[in-house]
Amino acid sequence: MSDKKHTHTHQLQQASRETRHEWYGKTITLASVVGIIILVVAIIYFIGQRGLAAFTTDHVKVTDFLFSADWNPLDGKQYVGAAAMIVTSFLVMILATLLAVPFALALGIFMTEFTKKRLTKYLQIMIELLAGIPSVVYGFLGVTIIVPAIRTIFGGAGFGILAGILVLFVMVLPTITSLTIDALKGVPAQYRQASLALGATWWQTTSKVILRAATPGILTAIIFGMARAFGEALAVQMVIGNAVLMPHNLISPAATLTSQLTSQLGNTVNGTLANNALWSLALFLLLMSLAFNLVVRIIGKRKG
Amino acid sequence: MSEAIIDVKDLKVAYGKNEVLHGVSLAFPAGDLVALVGPSGCGKSTFLRSLNRMNDEVGNVNIQGTIKFKGQDIYADGSDLVALRSAIGMVFQQPVPFPFSIYDNVAYGLRVAGYTEREYLDQRVEESLRQAAIWDEVKDDLKKSALALSGGQQQRVCIARQLAVRPQVILLDEPTSALDPISSSEIEETLLTLKRDYTLIMVTHNLQQASRISDRTAFFLNGNLVEYGRTEEMFLRPRQEVTSEYLNGRFG
Repeated sequence: MSDKKHTHTHQLQQASRETRHEWYGKTITLASVVGIIILVVAIIYFIGQRGLAAFTTDHVKVTDFLFSADWNPLDGKQYVGAAAMIVTSFLVMILATLLAVPFALALGIFMTEFTKKRLTKYLQIMIELLAGIPSVVYGFLGVTIIVPAIRTIFGGAGFGILAGILVLFVMVLPTITSLTIDALKGVPAQYRQASLALGATWWQTTSKVILRAATPGILTAIIFGMARAFGEALAVQMVIGNAVLMPHNLISPAATLTSQLTSQLGNTVNGTLANNALWSLALFLLLMSLAFNLVVRIIGKRKG
Repeated sequence: MSEAIIDVKDLKVAYGKNEVLHGVSLAFPAGDLVALVGPSGCGKSTFLRSLNRMNDEVGNVNIQGTIKFKGQDIYADGSDLVALRSAIGMVFQQPVPFPFSIYDNVAYGLRVAGYTEREYLDQRVEESLRQAAIWDEVKDDLKKSALALSGGQQQRVCIARQLAVRPQVILLDEPTSALDPISSSEIEETLLTLKRDYTLIMVTHNLQQASRISDRTAFFLNGNLVEYGRTEEMFLRPRQEVTSEYLNGRFG
């Protein structure tokens, strides 16, 4: 048999073993790709269909959904106002990101521009560790440490937006930091040399050349951080207090789109208005994720 | 020889345990264009980068000997790097424009030095671009990104950026080797006009270039200075056999 394998008989009218393998390989690749495309389209279709049901079958007004803060779908279609959750979600996202960005920049500069190799490696491991901790653990830490601390310092229950922001800060930090490091590493080393050769100091070089050159990448990092903050459900739900109220301060209980979804999805019956309203929240989250994607693409294009 | 603006005595440079310059002494007269030539790895770039302490940026470098700029030891404790590099600038092998507008590139060195007055910046930017012989090509596009220029134009913007801070010496590390022949000859023209006002020290692999535009040539080999003298003499009547062989292209 093994002899036969190595004789070159040149049977041109018959597919060789290699040709058949090529065909299998291509077919498997194509089938996987088609499968994934179908899956994504199906998910979008399903969320879209369910998410629109509140508006089509239950006749909830889109303007009510977006701008009213009355949320109590069990009581009827007038009470499907998601504005409080939308505002809270944005507030938590923006504040957590604002808090994390300076630290991420400092870490990124520290790790790419000076330091000994070994310290950089340890820091890298720490950041990866932070990124790998499951969100329920962060939520647990938040309930155990942050919520009582806020209660002691500011009074009240301790549950609320501030607790959510602090938990999310730790969660988005590794995301923004790693991507910022990538952005800074992408700046050609010659920029630094050229700037120093012009009589600029290290800090002038870093702030006026390196950070400026890395700005598109850093913006992308921030957007990814924001997307993570916006989408995080479990940890936020554990510390935010879950009261669908328009936020008036940072320390009273509130609810984000995701925290409301996680806390309520077991309490509704399929096909009811209350259930459809939750699907509308899901649809809103999907559209936001699309928007984040779009912004990242626009930034990427401007860079090129 | 007129007054030396840079005087190097017995310079030894080692990266870790690997010594790449074994004691080089060389004096640069003010207002000359000096070409440093020699085969790859001979130490000429290391030598050049020692003159404005760019080697400091590489870790694990050990430098012995003295380099005096106008009589002051540049490696002395407390020697100010910002002041040194404002006086001794550098143009690199690859054009390195920052990803800013042409104007912001040329104004960069002035701004970091604390100049902010718009009129003054405008004037210095124009003057520098004229000196670098690129003003006419870019005067209408100063707001355009410097990255959109051709390689040769980029290099002249980099030269202008360097001129704007008014250094006394400009170090050039193979400034034309990444450029096409036409751009190279334009840069050469520019250097010839700059020679009147600046001391230029240029590493080059291009021996024709060295013979065309330099006043003096220093030939490096294996971390030593083999020969240093007026360029015509070096090329016509080298004192050392090995210099003659290198300049005639028998190795390199």
